Amino acid sequence: MIEILQYPFMLRALIACLLIGGLASYLSCFIVQRRMSFLGSGLAHSCLGGVALALWLDVEPLLLVSLFSVFVSLAISWTTQNTQLEQDTSIGIFFSMATAMGIIFLSLRTQYTGDATTYLFGSILSVQNSDLYFAGGFCLLLILLFPMWSRWAYAGFDRDLAQADRICVKRDDYMLHFVLALAVVLCLKVLGIILLAAFLVIPGASARMISKTFTSMTLKSIVIGILSSVGGLYLSYIYDLPSGATIILVQSAIFIVIALTMRLRRSN
Amino acid sequence: MKEAPAIESYAISLRMQNRSILESIDLSIPLNRFLSIVGPNGAGKSMLIKIILGLVTPSSGKILILGQRPQALIPCDVGYVPQRKAFDPRFPAKTEELILSGKTHRWPFFIRSEQKDEVRAALSRLQSEHLYGKSVHELSGGELQRVFLARAFIEARKILILDEPAAGIDTFGESDLYKILEDYRETTKALVILVTHDLEVALHHSSDVLLINKKQIAFGNPDETLSQDNIHRAFGHSMHEHHGGHHLYD
Repeated sequence: MIEILQYPFMLRALIACLLIGGLASYLSCFIVQRRMSFLGSGLAHSCLGGVALALWLDVEPLLLVSLFSVFVSLAISWTTQNTQLEQDTSIGIFFSMATAMGIIFLSLRTQYTGDATTYLFGSILSVQNSDLYFAGGFCLLLILLFPMWSRWAYAGFDRDLAQADRICVKRDDYMLHFVLALAVVLCLKVLGIILLAAFLVIPGASARMISKTFTSMTLKSIVIGILSSVGGLYLSYIYDLPSGATIILVQSAIFIVIALTMRLRRSN
Repeated sequence: MKEAPAIESYAISLRMQNRSILESIDLSIPLNRFLSIVGPNGAGKSMLIKIILGLVTPSSGKILILGQRPQALIPCDVGYVPQRKAFDPRFPAKTEELILSGKTHRWPFFIRSEQKDEVRAALSRLQSEHLYGKSVHELSGGELQRVFLARAFIEARKILILDEPAAGIDTFGESDLYKILEDYRETTKALVILVTHDLEVALHHSSDVLLINKKQIAFGNPDETLSQDNIHRAFGHSMHEHHGGHHLYD
């Protein structure tokens, strides 16, 4: 494994996998617990709008994609809180809107739009130093926001009870949507728009099956997220496979093994 | 010296989507009392609780809890046992985490050993130490009710609110529950508020009764408040129909 790291792009890829594997799987617990997996998918697709706009304007996509993702995420949260609509309805509307904008922007671009496929399927080779700084900054943000774990978890357990204990659940929801939007952008280059949603769901879902408390679910999810990302990256290098897809397949294998083991245990 | 009221309300009314939920509720009650809020289903009892908890703001009128707006209350002053246990059944939770949340007002990430002792002490008040360490989802209705009671008991509250606490109490025994609540009031000098549609319970266990059916029918000592005439106005039937343990409004 050590010799792989002689290549700077692989070293960057490994750091990226460690960071996004840990961060995404931490948030994955809240996504699974609050049944928000469609939100991950919706936010990932809405990134296409930002990517296409950046390609059209020929600027670095990170900022524009972040803006798009955060805007769509907060718009979904606002619509859910201020109308009679369910969250899945508002996700459906806003993600289609952002994707449609993406398609229009792509059509406006006269040059080759091959870069867009990087964002559709992900490419570990495209990870640059700026992406790592972004990931590091986001990691720091989530560490600073760690006290929110107790509030998000409480509202996830029982919203009314949390509210009776003076937790401002609406404001906390916006905060969760905001960090999720940034997490989606963070994972975009490695996983790609299409596979990203699974990356935000599988670690939490796997951990849920083997946890009796939310604390242990969070810790196990992070371990699963990091191990599967690094393991997937290693396998993709050895067998010359696309890294994003390999990571998701490793996660899926972990999920299936846990699900079957738990089923067998219960029937014994 | 006159005692400051724990709850004081002046003509509070609540309208939601153009429907009247509560009308002119006037209430004044000090600490160290046992108040029963009585009325038929849909009388607005649970909504009144939500107003006291600061979760719902009345459309008009004024309410002060311990001399403050309900929203300004410190959460540790008020213990609350909801009627419907509306927690997410998929959330992995153990009894000790749920009970401790009544004190920390956050979901605990880990539990220190002195906190474990506090949880055990709260459970032992209800003779339910064996529930420690169980998954919340494995509990029966009665066990769950005891865990929620322990959650309310983990701190000395000034006001303890229980919404239909006898519902789902099976192995525990209803009379034990009222004895425990009475003991709790005596030791903590708290105002205990019981929401119920059971007239017998209100008559025998409370120091004060508030009888409502959207409007305030009567408020005061149990005997006068629960007069035949008042009960008829609230429930539309007389108290005799209620004897024999059969609950018309279950």
